[in-house]
Amino acid sequence: MSYTIEGKTGTWEIVVGLEVHAQIISHSKLFSGASASYGGEPNTHVSLVDAGFPGMLPVLNRECVAQAVRTGLGLRARINLESRFDRKNYFYADLPTGYQISQFTHPIVGEGTVEIELADGTVRHIGITRLHIEQDAGKSMHDQDPARSFIDLNRAGVALMEIVSEPDIRNPEEAGAYLRKLRQILRYLGTCDGNMEEGSMRADVNVSVRKAGEPFRTRCEIKNVNSIRYVMHAIEVEAARQVEVWEDGGEVDQETRLFDPARNETRSLRSKEDAHDYRYFPDPDLLPLVVEQEWVDELERALPELPDDKRDRFIRQYGIPRYDASVLVAEQAIADYYEEVAKGRDARLAANWVTGDLFGALNRTGRTIQDSPISAQALGGMLDLMADKTINGKIAKEVFEDMLETGDSAADIVERKGLKQVTDTGAIDAAVADVLARNADKVEEYRGGKDRLFGFFVGQVMKAMAGKANPAIVNEALKKVL
Amino acid sequence: MSLTELTIADAAAGLRKRAFSAVELVRAHTDAIGALNPRLNAYITPTSDAALEAAAHADAALARDEAKPLTGIPLGIKDLFCTTGVRTTAASNILKNFVPPYESTVTANLLRDGAVFVGKTNLDEFAMGSANITSAFGPVENPWKRKGEADTVLVPGGSSGGSAAAVAAGLAMGATGTDTGGSIRQPAAYCGIVGLKPTYGRCSRFGTIAYASSLDQAGPMARSVRDCAIMLQSMAGFDPRDSTSVDRDVPDYSAAIGRSLKGLKVGIPREYRAEGLSAEIGAAWQQGIEWLRAAGCEIVDVSLPHTKYGLATYYIVAPAECSSNLARYDGLRFGERVEGQTLDAMYEATRRAGFGPEVRRRIMMGTYVLSAGYYDAYYLKAQKVRTLIRRDFTECFQQVDVLLTPTAPTPAFAQGEQSDDPVQMYLNDIFTVPASMAGMPAMSVPVGLGDTGLPLGLQLIGRPFDEETLLAAGSALESAAGFTHRPAIRAEGAK
Repeated sequence: MSYTIEGKTGTWEIVVGLEVHAQIISHSKLFSGASASYGGEPNTHVSLVDAGFPGMLPVLNRECVAQAVRTGLGLRARINLESRFDRKNYFYADLPTGYQISQFTHPIVGEGTVEIELADGTVRHIGITRLHIEQDAGKSMHDQDPARSFIDLNRAGVALMEIVSEPDIRNPEEAGAYLRKLRQILRYLGTCDGNMEEGSMRADVNVSVRKAGEPFRTRCEIKNVNSIRYVMHAIEVEAARQVEVWEDGGEVDQETRLFDPARNETRSLRSKEDAHDYRYFPDPDLLPLVVEQEWVDELERALPELPDDKRDRFIRQYGIPRYDASVLVAEQAIADYYEEVAKGRDARLAANWVTGDLFGALNRTGRTIQDSPISAQALGGMLDLMADKTINGKIAKEVFEDMLETGDSAADIVERKGLKQVTDTGAIDAAVADVLARNADKVEEYRGGKDRLFGFFVGQVMKAMAGKANPAIVNEALKKVL
Repeated sequence: MSLTELTIADAAAGLRKRAFSAVELVRAHTDAIGALNPRLNAYITPTSDAALEAAAHADAALARDEAKPLTGIPLGIKDLFCTTGVRTTAASNILKNFVPPYESTVTANLLRDGAVFVGKTNLDEFAMGSANITSAFGPVENPWKRKGEADTVLVPGGSSGGSAAAVAAGLAMGATGTDTGGSIRQPAAYCGIVGLKPTYGRCSRFGTIAYASSLDQAGPMARSVRDCAIMLQSMAGFDPRDSTSVDRDVPDYSAAIGRSLKGLKVGIPREYRAEGLSAEIGAAWQQGIEWLRAAGCEIVDVSLPHTKYGLATYYIVAPAECSSNLARYDGLRFGERVEGQTLDAMYEATRRAGFGPEVRRRIMMGTYVLSAGYYDAYYLKAQKVRTLIRRDFTECFQQVDVLLTPTAPTPAFAQGEQSDDPVQMYLNDIFTVPASMAGMPAMSVPVGLGDTGLPLGLQLIGRPFDEETLLAAGSALESAAGFTHRPAIRAEGAK
């Protein structure tokens, strides 16, 4: 899908690259034993190392390294067996040591790729430039006191992955798809919870515009955008702003900007001239990070099935359409639920029920798959009743609604409500005779060539039998008489 | 013999024989501190009361026959090692009231082995200096005097000047030092004691206030080579809290003392015959060579071609690291704060008031060499040269087992004699810096007195983790020299 901006001087294309900061799931921080868990009273998850006390030294948490390697593998990226930690120096109140330990010149993960799928079914590959490990800073709180700022160091030193994409993204939709896909992969891997509201995943968005065929023009970086929707909005308004600047004969300055969702605009935060000189240099407190290929292989073997692989398997194994498969693998828990329902049953029917009625019900009740009122086993039980013709599709809808409300099993509901499908041909024949007798005029018309009245007769018979008749037998009986 | 003149080895034996008690031994030192420290200023924070209390515990342990290697031995601790509940200043105003709630690994190891700390010794501010004149707590006086110049105050060297002066004058039996570019060896030479900088990674840096992390290394300072071996035995060892500490067994260092040197190859690097090397030091060096030859060593002329770049490289790498290491002293979480209208104003006021001129100079140099556009020309280049310096040593040690050089180009100088020109001051480290850049172990041993009656030191440089050969060769020099001279100002004389 091509997305362009029609300007006064012609058509403009958007170029976007994303830098995603993803908080690594780990018990303790990147270089200290303090808890990395979210929340907690301010300054309760802080060690002397985190607070930058004199003589304190960082000690690398190997689990954080494992998480980064897993993520690299999930992004089908090159794992650098030797990487290095650098210090990024700047003064700020929530940065206790005056430097952030990061990986500047030698990241642990190199080039990789993420496959995205757009609404129209287009598949694109977005390149990953690199992934590196770094520390988070603390939090400055400017709204606690009229005169002073407060600092919470709970987050200081928590491990982050910075995942940098190539400037391969060409429109807001692709940016959204990329972020959703990245989040999906991280969640599958269990390396980041992807929770943008809590700030455990945030994006810096690099945007530039150009005429078709041109080299890249100057880009602006929009810092710390904390929802996928905002990222998409920010790209839209920033690209429009840049087109206007260029077309008015101006120059886009390379600068850092902020997105203001309330006013739907970006604002300059600092220009290139005011940019920090971070004075990166290798952290002398830490040795080069060396990982063994054997260890990487071990981590790779233990990786869960990734969303793309799972989707392809679902298509192959269950014979369901690609779209359904994509929807079902969106979350690991949904995929697991589906597989439980589909196991030994009509997999296509299972897919329809999960993506249709179940998703609808979850949406309606504001629940997630994890706390679904109907368990996978229960839904499977209902499909079993359909398979053995105890109930038909129409009755199944009613049973499903009842299950949703009462939590009872399908079998109990069928029993309680007497919904068992009627396959007794005698009863059906009687109902058919009755319906045809009461609608003699329509029978005439049908026989005169109005074929579509057949459906009417089916409906009437079903109605007479309170929906419980086996539709196939009804069809057969009607055809015979008519 | 006075208790303040004993070696650690003798004192430990005396304590076990009940020749004297730990309380007596420690009191002799705390009394000496009381009498002489007002003049020498070797200690920033004497801890006499706590020391006497610890000495009583030491006596109890001795009575139970539970003495450990350093039980009851009074030591001075450079005020760069964090000590639980005891003010730790780094000789800086910015930490003048800082009391750490934690213990450095090195001091914890010494306490584990029974040592008694009599106080925190003075140093150049944040260990930056070669004369102990940059301390916010005032300069340290070298207890030695030039012949006929009783009123001239000499510097003790730096940065571990307080430790060196305290040990020389009998205000401690031994002391910890830290060495980044010569800060143990040069003051040891100036004060006529033994100082050992171990291999980088041998002693943990955890809890030691950092100056330049890739160079800083703690080591012992004492009045004999054996005493250094005893102290290092306790101080050394792997520490999982320091990622650069090395997981390697600690050998029995004392066993190396007096070991035969027959066949040992001693390298004499020709580049150390530098300009500015005083005649008396040159003569002492020659004497040292003869002693080692007499002890059975083979003397080999060697070359360390990149020596001449050592000092320049050091003054890029060390300031670069310090500019980053000292960023944490911002007045926010600990240490002194000067309020300001904005965060930046607070930083500026705090750091202006907190840091002295030499620290500020090195922070500025370091900031400069790491800046965009200068990084490649300075820092990166320096790292490359550092690799070449290290390679010089590695290649040299394929031919020889140990190197013998002077420790410093001159004996101790007087306060004010060199201090107006920082570059002149930096030249004091010209012989000590290369081993630091290469991470090699090195030791200074006093070998005699110069023309003006001041002690002269020679430096031994060894292979990585071969402190034993340093101790063996050092003890040979020590016995050949028979260095028993004592400084003019000392505990024994004061009583």
